[in-house]
Amino acid sequence: MLKGIVTVSLKQDVLDPQGQAVLHSLQTLGFPEAQNVRIGKSIEVWLEESDSQKAESRLKEMCEALLVNSVIEDYSFEIVED
Amino acid sequence: MRCAVIVFPGSNCDYDLYKAANYIEGIQAEYVWYTSKSLDGFDAILVPGGFSYGDALRAGALAARAPILKALQRAADSGTRVLGICNGFQILTECGLLPGALHRNSGLRFICRTVNLEVSNTATPFTSGYVGRTSTHVRLEIAHGEGNYTCDSDTLHKLEDNGQIVFRYSGDNPNGSVANIAGITNEAGNVLGMMPHPERAMADWMGSSDGRILFESMRD
Repeated sequence: MLKGIVTVSLKQDVLDPQGQAVLHSLQTLGFPEAQNVRIGKSIEVWLEESDSQKAESRLKEMCEALLVNSVIEDYSFEIVED
Repeated sequence: MRCAVIVFPGSNCDYDLYKAANYIEGIQAEYVWYTSKSLDGFDAILVPGGFSYGDALRAGALAARAPILKALQRAADSGTRVLGICNGFQILTECGLLPGALHRNSGLRFICRTVNLEVSNTATPFTSGYVGRTSTHVRLEIAHGEGNYTCDSDTLHKLEDNGQIVFRYSGDNPNGSVANIAGITNEAGNVLGMMPHPERAMADWMGSSDGRILFESMRD
């Protein structure tokens, strides 16, 4: 079986209030070198498919159909054996 | 006027919206379940607030792919009035009927309070009744964690040029939305999405009756 791992992040020009709050906490905890935090999410999709090229194109369709909102999010993915 | 109130798993303002619409003389509201394939015969479609599908993935994302959405798209394309409130607004942006997206409030907190709004366009089927008031400022309640409207600058220019920005927060912007946007229409003007809840402002005893005008405008 193949597994797709999709990493979804907010577009660079979209403010990430959650990341800002975490950044503030990191600095308060004594990590002044932390300069910016952006929070995204990781989505794993197990695929009944052995051809990794087919899996890749189907996963891309899934990202565009549902997994990612292209107005505010970017994504990348990898396909691994599982 | 026959109004459909679409009910998704996790909708929680459906009953309020149903009651509010039926409160207006000349409007008959009916519930339509999200698995239905047809919205034929309805003059207006109301998409209620709540937490459809528990906000899984993104607020409104899964509801925007529910079976009823094809019928909703068809109705919107044919000019039927569509009103999405709060989670309903999120669903309308997620399905592409409205541009942009709603993401986390800039202050990260869920906000539930009454806000002042400016009616920026009274020439829509939803806001015509606000003309002639001594002030176009209205007071409605908001209750959301993800009402921070965002879009790219091209989209914002289009919204402004076409008069699609219908409601703006007046004074204090509670969620960080771009250009103080609280509600927008599509280009044709028959689809309105808004974060504030007009169904919670139907009579003075509720604290405001400013929402009532919106339903009356929609009926007329």
